[in-house]
Amino acid sequence: MSILIDQTKRVLVQGITGREGAARTRLMVDYGTQVVAGVTPGRGGESVEGIPVYDTVVEAWEHVGPIDISVLFIPAPLVRSAALEAIDAGVKLLVIVPDRVPIYDVLAIAKRAKSAGARFVGPNTLGVLSPDKGVLGMIGGRAAAAREWFFPGPVGVASRSGGITSSMAYYLARAGIGATTLVHVGGDAVVGLPHPDVMLEFERDPDTKAVVMFGEIGTSQEERVADLIEAGAFTKPLIAYIGGKAAKSGTRFSHAGAIVEGGRGTYEGKVARLREVGATVVEQFMDLPGATKAVLAKL
Amino acid sequence: MARLHEYQGKALLKQFKVTVPQGRVAATPEEARAVAEEIGKPVMVKAQAWITGRASVGGIRKAATPDEAAEAARAILGLKVKGFTVEQVLVEEQVDIAREFYAGVIVDDRAQAPLVMFAGVGGTGIEDIAREHPDKVATTHVDIEFGLQDYQARDLVRKTGIHGTLQRDLGALLVQLYDVARTYEARAAEINPLALTADGKLVAADCRITVDDYAVFRHKDLGITIAREYDRPPTRLEKIAYDVEAGDYRGTFYFIQMAEDFGPGEGYVGFHGAGGGGSMMSMDAVLRQGYKLATFVDTSGNPPASKVYRAAKIILATGPIDGYFGSGSGVASQEQFYSARGLFKAFLEAQLAVPAVIRLGGNAEDKAVEILEALNGRIPAKVEGYKKDDSPDFCAARLDALIQEARGKKQEVQITNHELRITQPLNHLTTYSFETVTGGTVTYDHAICATCESKVCIEACAMKILKLDEAGCPVLNIAPADAKKGRCSECLGCEVDCLLYGAGGGKVTLPIPGLDA
Repeated sequence: MSILIDQTKRVLVQGITGREGAARTRLMVDYGTQVVAGVTPGRGGESVEGIPVYDTVVEAWEHVGPIDISVLFIPAPLVRSAALEAIDAGVKLLVIVPDRVPIYDVLAIAKRAKSAGARFVGPNTLGVLSPDKGVLGMIGGRAAAAREWFFPGPVGVASRSGGITSSMAYYLARAGIGATTLVHVGGDAVVGLPHPDVMLEFERDPDTKAVVMFGEIGTSQEERVADLIEAGAFTKPLIAYIGGKAAKSGTRFSHAGAIVEGGRGTYEGKVARLREVGATVVEQFMDLPGATKAVLAKL
Repeated sequence: MARLHEYQGKALLKQFKVTVPQGRVAATPEEARAVAEEIGKPVMVKAQAWITGRASVGGIRKAATPDEAAEAARAILGLKVKGFTVEQVLVEEQVDIAREFYAGVIVDDRAQAPLVMFAGVGGTGIEDIAREHPDKVATTHVDIEFGLQDYQARDLVRKTGIHGTLQRDLGALLVQLYDVARTYEARAAEINPLALTADGKLVAADCRITVDDYAVFRHKDLGITIAREYDRPPTRLEKIAYDVEAGDYRGTFYFIQMAEDFGPGEGYVGFHGAGGGGSMMSMDAVLRQGYKLATFVDTSGNPPASKVYRAAKIILATGPIDGYFGSGSGVASQEQFYSARGLFKAFLEAQLAVPAVIRLGGNAEDKAVEILEALNGRIPAKVEGYKKDDSPDFCAARLDALIQEARGKKQEVQITNHELRITQPLNHLTTYSFETVTGGTVTYDHAICATCESKVCIEACAMKILKLDEAGCPVLNIAPADAKKGRCSECLGCEVDCLLYGAGGGKVTLPIPGLDA
C-alpha cells in the first residue's frame, strides 16, 4: 500500500501545455501514473504526450470519466481560479506545484476544499511519489532517475523541503530502506496537507511501519505532530530532523514558512516537543538512515 | 514579508475610516517643524523604523511647539538602531489616552484562516497580554468567503467584558481592520495601542502591517520595492539581487547579505544553496566547520543558468571571501548542469582566486561536475564538484581543507595554461548576435565557428533554437524577436559548452544592473 497516489488513481494535469506542465507530464506518464487528461483554457483539442487536452475541468471529466487527482502547473496568480475550478468539478485531491501563491488565495482554496470534502498538497510542492506505483508533480525529475533513486519499502517520508524529500528517500534507499510514499508538504506558511495530516495518512496505511520527517523552523506543524503522538492518534515510530538551527529569529531563509515569529516555531521548541513524546530526533541530517535502521530493527 | 512603516499603515487605516492622529511624515527637521505648525497642537515625533521598543532608544519624543518638534526630529533622524538608520519621522498630534486596547489580524496556518484578536488591554505585545491577562483576550477565525461580520466582531469584544456603545464602536473598528488586512493581503495587521481618548473616540495610536510577499504584485499602490523580509534595510547588493529576481520569474533567487566590511582571512564564505531545506542544512555544515557566512543565497525551482550566473557574480561582489560553497539538497529533480554552467561563467569571468566546493547532486550530476572541474587550470583557484553521494558535511570539510591549503600557498599563480583563461575576443566584422529575455546578448563569432568541428552549440542549446547556416555556423532557427521573448532560455550552452567542447566562438553577455558600473 501507499498513500495519496498509486497506479489506480486517475490524474488530470492543469496547465499541461506549459513548459513545466508538459515536461512533468512526461515524467508522470513514464513512471506509471495514470494521467487521463489535461486542461489548458483555449487549448482544447490538442494533445500532450498522447494525452487529450480540454478547455475546462468539467469538460475533461465529461469526456474521460471521473478524475481522482488534479496536478496544477499554473502561474501563481492564476492558481486560485484553477484550484477552485478543480474542486467545483468534483476533484478530491489537488497537488499545487507552483510557488509564490498569495496566502489569501491559499486560504480561499482551503475554505472551498473544506466545504467540498477535498484536500490539497502544496502550494510550493515538488509533489508526491509512491515508489514503482506513481508520481504527482516533479519528484525525481525524470522517470529513469526516480526508478534509480527510490524503491518500495516500509517507511513513509514527509518533508517541508522539496529537494530534501528526494534526498532523504535517496539516502534511506542507499542504506537499504525503501519507502511507501514520499510527500513534499510544501514550503509555504499555509499548506493544504501539513505534516500532521500526512502522519494521519501514514497511520492508516498498513504497509507504513515508520515515518521519517524533515521539519523546519516556523509554523506549528511539527508541534502538532507531537500533539498527535501524545493523543495516541499517531502511533508509528517517527524519526525526525529539524532544519534551520542556525537561523535567527525574524529572518526568513528561503521558505516562506521557515520563519521564527514572536518566539514561536523555534528549532529548540520543536526538537524538545518531539523528543518529549518519544520521537527520535537526529542532530545531523546524514544520521537519519542509521537512526531509521535502528528503529526498524526493533519492530 | 513586506513590512509597512507606521505612517504607511496609518494611511491604509484612514482609507478604511479608522481614526488616526492628524499628522504627516517628515524627512528633515524643517519639514517636521512645518508639520507641527500645521497641526497647531503639541505633537509626537516618532522614528519610522521596523523595530520594536522605539521609545527605549529615544525614537519617540514629545514636542510642545514647532521648534521642539524640529529639535526632536534632529535628534531622531540619522539615529542608528539595529543596523537601521532612521530616515523619516512621523509628526502627529498627541493623543489624550484614557484607555488602551489591542486589535490584530493574523493568518493562522493551523486553521488555514485569518484570526482576529482583540484584547481589553493594550500597549505591550499580544503574547505578553495573553500571558498576563488571559481573560481579557478573545480571538475568532474568519470565514474567508464571508468576511468578518459586525455581529461577530461585537461578540468578540463582549467576551472581554466590554459592553454598551464602546462594544459597538470597537466591533465596527475590528471589521475595518479586518477589511484593511484582507484588502491589502496582510500576513499581520495590528493596532496597538488602540486608544480610547478622554472624549470617547477610538484612535489608532500605533500600527504594524506586514503584507504577504507573494501578493505585493497586486498592490503596486503600496510602493513596496523589495517584497522580502529583512530585520534591517536592504543593502546595495540585496537591492541589486532583488532586481535580478524581480526581472526574471524563472526559478527562485533568494539573497541575504550576512556580513559587510570584512577582510580576507577572516573566515567568511560565500554561501550559495539550492532549495530551502537543503540550503539551510548546507549552511549549518559550513558553520560547523567554523566559518562565517558572507551571504545566504538560494537559487532553486529550476532557475536558468543565467540566474545562477548573476547570483554568483553578486555573491563574489560581497567582499574578500575565503571560499565559495555551493550545496543544496543534493538529490535534485532538476538537471544540474545549468547551474554548473552559470557558476563556470561567473568564476571564469571573475578569475576566482579562492577555493570553491560545489555540490550539485541529482539529475545529470556527472555532466555538472565535469563542467565545474573544467575550471581548474582556467582560474587561479581550485574548484571541486561533488554529487549526491557526498554529504554536505564532507563537502564543507573539503572546502576547509582547500582554504587551509590555499593559505599555505600564498596566492601563487596556478594557471597552467594562460590561453584557457578567457573566451576569445570577438571580431565584430564576423559576429552574429541576438538578444535574450533578461536584456542579455548572445554573440557568435562566425570566423571562429567556421573552424569548429564539434558544432556542440546545436546540441547543447536547451531550447533547440539553433541551426547551422550554409557556412556551418550557428544561427537562430526562430525569429530573433521570439528568442528575446524567452524562447532562448539563457541556458549558456552556446558559451560554456562551446568553450569546453567547441572552438570558443560563442559569448553571452548578461548585464546585472547596478553591479556592472
